[in-house]
Formats: sequence, structure tokens, C-alpha cells
Amino acid sequence: MPDAVLEIDHVSKRYGDVVALRDMTFDVRAGELFGFVGSNGAGKTTTMRIALGVLAADSGEVRFSGRPITFDNRRRIGYLPEERGLYPKMKVLDQLVYLAELHGLPTNSAHRAAENWIARLGLRDRRGDEVQKLSLGNQQRVQLAAALVHEPAVLILDEPFSGLDPVAVDVMSAVLREQAAAGVPVLFSSHQLDLVERLCDRVGIVRSGQMVACGTVAELRTGGDAQLVVEAPNAPPGWADSLPGVTVDAVHNGQTTLRLAPGTDDQTVLTAALATGPVREFRRHAPSLTELFRNVVSS
Amino acid sequence: MTPTRTVFLVARRELNTRLRTRSFAIGTVVTILVLAGYLLLQASLAEDADRSKVGLSGQATGLAAPLTATAKQLGHTVEVSDVKDPSEGERMVRDGDLDAFVSGTADRLRVTVRSELDENLHKAMNALAQQQVLEAQLLAAEVPNTREILENAARAHVQVDTLERVDPQKDQRLAVALVLIVLLYMSLLLYGTMVAQGVVEEKASRVVEILLATVRPWQLLLGKVIGLGIVGLIQFTLIGVTGLAVALATDVLTIDGAATGALVWGLIWYVLGYFLFATVFASVGSLVSRQEDAQSVLTPITLVVAVAFVLGLSLLTRSADDGVTVVLSLVPPFSPILMPGRIALGVASGWEIALSVILTVTAIAALTWLGGRVYRNAVLRTGSRVRLRDALGV
Ligand SMILES: Nc1ncnc2c1ncn2[C@@H]1O[C@H](COP(=O)(O)OP(=O)(O)O)[C@@H](O)[C@H]1O
Ligand SMILES: [Mg+2]
Repeated sequence: MPDAVLEIDHVSKRYGDVVALRDMTFDVRAGELFGFVGSNGAGKTTTMRIALGVLAADSGEVRFSGRPITFDNRRRIGYLPEERGLYPKMKVLDQLVYLAELHGLPTNSAHRAAENWIARLGLRDRRGDEVQKLSLGNQQRVQLAAALVHEPAVLILDEPFSGLDPVAVDVMSAVLREQAAAGVPVLFSSHQLDLVERLCDRVGIVRSGQMVACGTVAELRTGGDAQLVVEAPNAPPGWADSLPGVTVDAVHNGQTTLRLAPGTDDQTVLTAALATGPVREFRRHAPSLTELFRNVVSS
Repeated sequence: MTPTRTVFLVARRELNTRLRTRSFAIGTVVTILVLAGYLLLQASLAEDADRSKVGLSGQATGLAAPLTATAKQLGHTVEVSDVKDPSEGERMVRDGDLDAFVSGTADRLRVTVRSELDENLHKAMNALAQQQVLEAQLLAAEVPNTREILENAARAHVQVDTLERVDPQKDQRLAVALVLIVLLYMSLLLYGTMVAQGVVEEKASRVVEILLATVRPWQLLLGKVIGLGIVGLIQFTLIGVTGLAVALATDVLTIDGAATGALVWGLIWYVLGYFLFATVFASVGSLVSRQEDAQSVLTPITLVVAVAFVLGLSLLTRSADDGVTVVLSLVPPFSPILMPGRIALGVASGWEIALSVILTVTAIAALTWLGGRVYRNAVLRTGSRVRLRDALGV
């Protein structure tokens, strides 16, 4: 059996004159947590809805385990839509059992799975309540349970962390990690880049409907210019300005942040710094995902 | 998983949630109570109509037996009582304790009533007075066999030959037909609206997005329509059967066979009418994303159902057998109300029934196709109201 990989292959979509997706291409591998980041309107939701089949692509294909997603294997996806939605007047347990059955579980297994997720997500006291009577946080938990209750083989979650309190963020993170560890490809979008950086195996950055950077955070860093942080207390202002291939990004608290053009030797910078007096700190700067994102999106 | 199981699951959810609601129980019980109350009122009115309390005083007290007998011949029950004082009798009439108070001598009977004398009682009194005068005069003329003459006279009657037979059950049939079309109208409107509101609810709560990630639009639509249709059928049957049982038990209806037949046809036409309107209701519901907007898109279609009902009401009472009525009862959207009404009246012929069923089923097929298309195109478009033209994809 081919690996459980979710592949988005050259998917394009327009809404009238608005190009929502242009040749969107990436894959989410088995057991991988894939973070999908991009500004509002970049095309994340559109991509996910196309993968779920609630929206049709103009061209391109979405595959799971090498086969195009059809009505039949779509049942194996767990989906958390950006616009949360459950039956407001249906009880938590009934609702989860119903959704599990609709996804093909026999009644008994549906009950077991629903009870299981209710316990897992701390909803035991609320299992007989109508969804509309729950707090927003608990409604989010039910929504997550609804995405997971049919034991999906793929998870697609649209902004699962938005609106969660710190405790719920931890619960959500743990569940996602656990699902990935069980071999499920997990695709989720988020604006909380620090969280994505901590959690994800790989990250994809979208801009205007296109994937502009995709890989591990470390891989994304190699794409950009190398950065150095130098602390030389006696160095006069402008000490690094004349070095070839070096631009000064910032001077802050006595620390100078420098950007090196490709091929520039950092040892020439160290030599120049030592020439001004003592050097207390000299290190490579690893930009955070937030910084990488800013660079990618603004360039 | 088979499509049948999906449709079954959706329908079962509708059944479970609707049958358990308080509004279903209250709605059913209240309708049954109103209907039973109406029937019991009819029964007591019918009983009161041919029963009178008559007070007799003075010489008239001797008339108790002949008055009761004569009235009985006219199909009227008289309860007589003696009244000592004429003024007391008048007071009792005024208070409603008596329907009529009779005083005076045998040949000059006087009847006091509040406003008008019951027609049958009037006839009985006149006949009695005439008989009294006749008897007195025959006796005065010393005619030998007075008793025999009077008996012969009493036996004489005209023979009536009817050229056109009037259905003696006509009034009962009309009552059945009217109750039936009221029930049909209420059920079609109620359950059609419920289908639309269910669709809007799923759109408004956005739950439709997770549903349609695993269920095809037509499966969701069909399951919902079938589920709510069964709920409606259960309610219609409960009301219809209870109403019929009460009507037969109280003798408001004596046409057991015809009334039962009418109810069965009513159920059949409820199903046909429901399927005719349900997908239309669902498709207009799918055009809007908020409950507040639902009313505006529902109005045109509820109007159509209302027009069919009002037409049915006036045509069935006045001219159930006219050409216009016959034609309208054959074609949707009027057939689901007019045809069962005409069947209940006993004026629909076999071929008319067959033709109306065929035409209605054809219309159901066409509207289901069209409504399914609108629903499929509109149900995932949230936000502003979807234009019908866009949803039809023309
Ligand atoms: N139903 C729609 N009709 C028209 N344009 C839409 C619709 N949905 C999304 N878009 C447009 O498509 C683009 C991508 O949107 P979306 O996928 O929601 O972005 P994201 O989820 O990344 O914020 C945006 O420009 C948005 O305005
Ligand atoms: Mg989005």
C-alpha cells in the first residue's frame, strides 16, 4: 500500500476575476504535522475546502495515498472548518454519534468513539447538553471531537487554534501531535506562527494563492541571507559599513545585527570586530518563523 | 457505506429530533382537542335542535299525550311539564327553562315563546289544534263513527315521488371534505415550512459544511424530506384517526365507510402534496443563510398553498362538480387539496382520480429535479441571499 500522503497538485481556483489559487502544490506526508501559513485571503481556506470536496477546483487534483480524492475516500478525512458549525439544538453525544455514523461507522463503534472523545476532551459533564448551551471553548472542543470521531486517516483543520485559551491550546497541540504520531498526515492553518514553529514538522507559506516557501523551518532559513549578531562594546558607529557583502540590519543594546550576502566569509567580519577591541558575543542568528514569514511575504 | 444508509441516517435524525420536541406533542394534542371539541359541539347542537321543553297549563295540560305523539311523527322530541300559573310559564320561557309555554283552551291554543317557535313544534301544535277543533265539531254534530273518521284522517298522507335522488349523506360528506382540506392545508404548510427552516438552520449554523464533506447534497435533502414527511404523516394520522373515531362514536358522522375512505385518501394525498411542495420549500430555503431572511423567500410558495386551500374551500362548498372544479382538481398545485376534497364528497370518478395522481407524480418528479438542482448549487453559498437564477445555473 502506498504511503498515506495527502498531495495537493497544481490546484487553481478563481472566483470571477479574483484568482484565489494559482498552481497550489504541496504534500503532507504520513505522520507529519504540516503548518499552513499566509496572510488573510492568501488562499488557505480555499485549498482546504477543495481538498474536502465542498468546493470544486478549476484545475489540478488532490490525491490521498496516490488516488484522487473521491466521494468515497473523502469520508476518511477529519475536517475542522474555519466557520465552525454544529447543530445548535442537538446534544453533544447525539451529535458526535450522528457524525460518526454519517462517516460510515457502525452504530456501536460510533457510540464508543463519541464517548471516547468526550472523555478525552473533558466534556463528560456536558455530553447531554445542547451544543448552543456550551461555552465557546467547549463548543470548540466538540468541534474538534467532530473532526476526530470517525477515526480519520487524514486531518485538515482550518485555524484550529483561533479563539482557544492557553489550556485548550495545549490540549489541541497534544491531540494533533498524537494523531501525527499515529501516522496521520495533519494539515492545519494558523496565524500563530510561534506555535506553528514549535509544533510543525514542515511549514508552507502561501501568498496570493501560491506556495512561496515550503519545508522544515531550518530549510526555510537556508533560503535567506545569513545573519550575524556581534557585540563589540568599543566599536564606533558604522564600524561594519565598509565591509564588502555586509549590510547592517540593526543596532540595538550594543549588539549589531548584520546580513551577509551569499559567499561572504563571516571570519572577515570577526577580524574587523576584533580590530575595534573586545568582542563579547559573536553568533549566527536563526530567524524565527515570524521573521521568515515577514521576509517572504513582503519580498 | 450505501447511499440508502446515509439517507436513512439523515431521516432518522429528523424523526428523532422532531418527534421529541414539545411543539410536536402540543401541536398534535391541541389540534385533536380542537377537532374533538368541534365534533362534540356539533353533536350536542344536533341533539338540541330536535328536542323541546314545553310547559302546559290549564286545559292544555290534557294535550300532553297527543302533543308528544304528533311531534314524534314529525321527528321531534317533546318534553312536557305542567305549569300552574300562566305568569310563571311566561317567566320560565323568558329565562330559557322552557322552549314554549302552551295555554288557552283546546280550540284556541296559545303558545308563548322567547323569539320564535321551532318549526316542527309549530307544525305539531297546528295539527293538534286542528284535530281538536275537528273532533269537537264532529262530536257536536253527533256523527256516529267520529273516532274512525279521525283515525282515517290521521292515516292519510301524500305520496312523494322523487325524480332526482338527493344524497342523504350530503351534509356529512361536505363536513368530512372541509375538515379534510383544512387538515391537509395545515399539514402541507407546516411541514413544508419545517423543511425550509431545517435547510436554513443547517446553513445558518454552518453545520452543512461538515455534512457535505461526507454526504452528497441529494442524500441530505432526501433524508430530510423523508424524515419530516414521516413526522407529518404520523401527526396527520393521529389527528385523522382520533377525529374520525370521535365523530363516529358521537354519531356526528354515520357514514362509517365513506368517512374512513376519505381519511385514507386524505393520507395518500398528504404524501403526494408533501412531496410536491417539500423540495420547493427546501430549495427556496437553501437560498438564504439566516432564519430572518427565510420568511421573504417562503412567502410566494406559502401563498400558492393558501390559494389552493381557499379555492378548495369555496369550490367544494358551492360547485364541487363544475367543469372548473374538475379541471383544477386534476392539476397540481391544486390537486392535493381539491381532489381529496372531491373524493370525500363522493363526486370524483375513478379516471379523474387516476389522472390527478399521474399528473401530480409527474409534477413531483419535475420539481424534485429542479429543487434538487437549486439546493445543490445554493446550499454551500453562505452570506448574502443567492439569486434563483444563479442557483439554477442558467
Ligand atoms: N465565496 C467567495 N467568493 C468570492 N471570493 C472568495 C470567496 N471565498 C474566498 N474568496 C477569495 O479568495 C481568496 C482566498 O480566500 P481564502 O481561501 O478564504 O483565504 P485564507 O483562508 O487564506 O484567508 C480571497 O481573495 C478571498 O477574497
Ligand atoms: Mg481562511
